[in-house]
Amino acid sequence: MFESFDALFLARFQFAFTIAFHIIFPAFTIGVASYLAVLEGLYLKTRNPVYQKLFRYWVKIFAVAFGMGVVSGIVMSYQFGTNWSVFSDKAGPVIGPLMGYEVLTAFFLEAGFLGVMLFGMNKVGEKLHFFATLMVAVGTAISAFWILSVNSWMQTPAGYAMNDVGQFVVTDWFEVVFNPSFPYRLAHMLLAAYLTVAFVVGAVGAWHLLKDKTNAAARKMFSMAMWMALIVAPLQVLVGDFHGLNTQEYQPAKVAAMEGHFDTEARAPLYLFGLPNEETAEVDYALKVPGLASLILKHDINAEVTGLDQFPREDWPPVATVFWSFRVMVGIGLLMVLAGLWSGLQRLRGKLYDNSLLLRFSLFMGPMGFVAVIAGWIVTEVGRQPWVIQGLLRTADAASPIDKAGVAGSLIAFIVVYFLVFGAGTFYILRKMAADPAKVTIPDYAKHKPTMAAERIYDEEA
Amino acid sequence: MDYALIWAILISVAVFAYVALDGFDLGIALLFPWFKKEEDRDVMMNTVAPVWDGNETWLVLGGGGLLAVFPLAYSVLMPALYMPVIAMLLGLIFRGVAFEYRFKTKRAKGIWDLSFIIGSLIAALSQGIMLGAMLQGIQVTDRAYSGGWFDWLTPFSFFCGVAVVIGYMMLGSTWLVMKTKGDLQRQSYRAGWYSALLLVACIAFVSLYLPYVDPFIAERWFTYPASVGLWVLPILLVGITLGLLRSLHKKQEGRPYLWGLGLFLLSFAGFAVSIFPYLVPRSITLWQAAAPDNSLKFLLIGAVVLLPIIFAYTGYTYWVFRGKVDSDSGYHD
Repeated sequence: MFESFDALFLARFQFAFTIAFHIIFPAFTIGVASYLAVLEGLYLKTRNPVYQKLFRYWVKIFAVAFGMGVVSGIVMSYQFGTNWSVFSDKAGPVIGPLMGYEVLTAFFLEAGFLGVMLFGMNKVGEKLHFFATLMVAVGTAISAFWILSVNSWMQTPAGYAMNDVGQFVVTDWFEVVFNPSFPYRLAHMLLAAYLTVAFVVGAVGAWHLLKDKTNAAARKMFSMAMWMALIVAPLQVLVGDFHGLNTQEYQPAKVAAMEGHFDTEARAPLYLFGLPNEETAEVDYALKVPGLASLILKHDINAEVTGLDQFPREDWPPVATVFWSFRVMVGIGLLMVLAGLWSGLQRLRGKLYDNSLLLRFSLFMGPMGFVAVIAGWIVTEVGRQPWVIQGLLRTADAASPIDKAGVAGSLIAFIVVYFLVFGAGTFYILRKMAADPAKVTIPDYAKHKPTMAAERIYDEEA
Repeated sequence: MDYALIWAILISVAVFAYVALDGFDLGIALLFPWFKKEEDRDVMMNTVAPVWDGNETWLVLGGGGLLAVFPLAYSVLMPALYMPVIAMLLGLIFRGVAFEYRFKTKRAKGIWDLSFIIGSLIAALSQGIMLGAMLQGIQVTDRAYSGGWFDWLTPFSFFCGVAVVIGYMMLGSTWLVMKTKGDLQRQSYRAGWYSALLLVACIAFVSLYLPYVDPFIAERWFTYPASVGLWVLPILLVGITLGLLRSLHKKQEGRPYLWGLGLFLLSFAGFAVSIFPYLVPRSITLWQAAAPDNSLKFLLIGAVVLLPIIFAYTGYTYWVFRGKVDSDSGYHD
């Protein structure tokens, strides 16, 4: 099945596959954890039972997604060693401690309080329970902080030196952690997680509103989600722009690939469509707006923009992949802005829940955040190629001395298991989402009732 | 200060915390085949449901910590133990998702029970095999693993795998003794008794076999007078075994688990004594594997400040969920 690929390609594919699967869950749980904290906080403040219902509705979805995130995350923490041992040996002294901090400050916090959040309502009282929910939400965000610091260091390394056995060693930890691309990447990713979840929540709300537009719980969900879309989607465009400017400064080859700019030129065009051709170094079938790329990247329509011609051929990232992933991400981002504006307009007219076209559009947008997140990661990771640490260590020099058969075997195992296990999980999550949020029952937490076992109801009675 | 040694001790603490805590989680799954009633299985799972996730985090700390402070050892051990590591990860996936999935379906509940059992079995077996493979030694050339694809698999390493499976069953049953009542508890006492006897037999076999085949280990344990201090370990082993069996016999509830932990602690100490000062046995010492001091110090500050906090809130979680679990627990409605 994999005859035509070498071990390096398979190792890269394995990492891409396992991390693309994994990123879905943290992106989701970062957002849902915060949403749960907001819901529980609002309930404690207003005592409106709809918030309590929504909390119980989403906490179960959260539990399934979190479980999948944990198990797919453990794979990541060992994958550096199994397939990328040279990278681990060389970069371990820099990135290892950051990941160590991630475990110590985030993973334990999330895991420790998750139990209380899921099972502790009748044991700790509502204030402490809210505290546990907050800790889980904070934990997910702290985790993003460290792991994005690690990734950003690989994109824009700073604060390091080399030692005599060829390892990267740290000269300044502050420069390592807060390396040049980190603040932008962190903001961009956190907003992406919140937006992704806003659109998932919006889609679930829309689904139930399409069946019954008076459903109070569904209305609340949809309304909250569309507020997020209205405010956060435009904000994300702005942050994305800053992030792009930062990349332009530190990783110009990546930006050149994103834009399909083979040649350095003034009044650089923005390609709306085109097929980048690395052989001829041209964009075929191009549909372009002259000067717009200069305007976006340099905020000056006449500015010169660096093209791939400034870099030796062996340092080019795969242009078409980066070019197209970038367009997918940006396209979805603009659709999100559109959804936000449209909902804002409907809200002004007092008809947020009545326009079935908006509801259908929101339903369509439900999974789009995930697509955008994965597309964005492809842009930034493939755009960094052929380097694993930008300018310092080539991906080809970072892999483990493992036979092709070994990498291929584990790759097949991961693919089969992930589709099977996470497919089932997605199915359970979708089934939870199909359940009517208005019908969530609230057990009497005040009394620890010995009859609760009898109330254990399964989603599927068959 | 010898930061490498401090970190070797801290990583050992993390690994032992993992074994002590996730050991009973995995053990409960391994006992499932002998506990067939659905209500019993629900209760068994609910005794660990609020804490398993935190327990497994110690494994992430072990892996992440190794990468951070002993990157060379990490980058040699992972390729050397490639297949058992991957098998363990896949096993942990199957058992981890079962905690949630199992309560999401009636039709497929049996499938997730199976996924829970087999996932845990593969994870436990792989962990034991890795231990055994490390005891056998790992071949290294030029900062990279240079052994064969199947070096990790020998009758000895497989035996170690089985021993760990039995050990986790013992931890699981003593945990259940503490957390359950009635028939379920009675059955756990029985399971605890048999698994404890089998485990002690395994420990005795490994302890006698290794010095017999391995001169390095023989010298470590049988050099007069340097080794005499180490003989406290086998003596303690006898004492703790008797303590465990006696507390099971007297139907004590909390003690058997603690005695069981003692058994694990001793075996762990024996393992450490047998490989010291190597981190990748017979190839790379812990000082050779250590990252530069500046990396060790940076993370040590965090560990010193954060580990006590982690112990505190982890302890709090256990305290919240203290006491017996019966069929009215769990949030799955």
